[in-house]
Amino acid sequence: MADTITLQVARYRPEAETEPTFQEYQTPCRKDWVVLDALNYIKDKVDGTLSFRWSCRMGICGSCGMTVNGEPKLTCATFLTDYAPGPVRVEPLRNFPIVRDLVIEMSDFMRKLVQVKPWIIRAEEKPLSEGEYLQTPEEMDEYKQFSMCINCMLCYSACPVYGLDPHFVGPAAIALAQRYNLDSRDQGASERLDLLSDHTGIWGCTFVGECTKACPKSVDPAASIQRYKLKTALEWFKSFLMPRGAR
Amino acid sequence: MSQAPIYTEYHPRWYRRRVSTYWWLRRPSYLVFILREVSSLFVAWFVVFTLLQIHALSEGAESYQRFQEWSKNPVVVIVNVVALFFVVLHSITWFKLAPQAMVVRFRGKRVPALWIAGPNYAAWLLVSVVVAWIVLGG
Repeated sequence: MADTITLQVARYRPEAETEPTFQEYQTPCRKDWVVLDALNYIKDKVDGTLSFRWSCRMGICGSCGMTVNGEPKLTCATFLTDYAPGPVRVEPLRNFPIVRDLVIEMSDFMRKLVQVKPWIIRAEEKPLSEGEYLQTPEEMDEYKQFSMCINCMLCYSACPVYGLDPHFVGPAAIALAQRYNLDSRDQGASERLDLLSDHTGIWGCTFVGECTKACPKSVDPAASIQRYKLKTALEWFKSFLMPRGAR
Repeated sequence: MSQAPIYTEYHPRWYRRRVSTYWWLRRPSYLVFILREVSSLFVAWFVVFTLLQIHALSEGAESYQRFQEWSKNPVVVIVNVVALFFVVLHSITWFKLAPQAMVVRFRGKRVPALWIAGPNYAAWLLVSVVVAWIVLGG
């Protein structure tokens, strides 16, 4: 087995370059090493100027998303040996502006996350003395899948709609909105409706389905969007049949 | 009290990549997706074709005869064969997507995708057989 592997890493140094270039590095290819380990090896031993984001190394923080051989991946969960004998091409996530090397600019995503109001909204809070809002395991199963999102943005990187139209609210934010809409304790679905039912919301999605394939946490954002489409279509139909019914 | 920092929206040093016009050729799943989108044109064509057929029928036997002659034209046959391919592709992918959009529960558990897609395909097949029987048998 070859004990080294070549990494072709995208570099972008805005103070010196006008567009990204690739730089090759030789790193050890150990069986237990992921792409992130190789990047950290480069940073520590070979070239300290390489910039990238990472934190937990265990698929929880969602910081280390990059494009590995053309696919959006969490680099902490992508083993080098799967790409042996190499080379492995590491680029920043697609569909986002590049700040430096492998670091992308994510404030657009952060803004969208807040827009969908991802918190429990109550028409009226009950007093503390009445205790917590209870929920059955079945009620929790309704939304649990969508609550597994770690905001790694791989789905935005995989989504051609977001690439072509950055106004699209996008897979993770819509899935998160659904996570709260489907929560039995939440009463804020109507507050999220205007943003989500806009043409930049669920109707922007053309069901390519790549977000679901890219998701490292099996959230299935594509399904959440289609379910919401079905629901709003039925709501519209109902309001059409019964115009006097409250929304 | 410190003031919140104000960041400019204009960052000349961020590198913004443009999406290539041929992005849909980059991977097979994108290509299938674009073919599915294009298929809507052919679905529309079949609607137009059927309307023309009904119109010809309403104009009388002679007009319908002319329509049949026209539809035997090799160009029309080729267009219809291509359209059939796209309509079949559209239907297959449409029913395949149905389980993702529909959540059906049976005894508290979500039913498997096949339980939703299966009856859809079966109903499609049944309707096709009935239509074929009427058209070919009649």
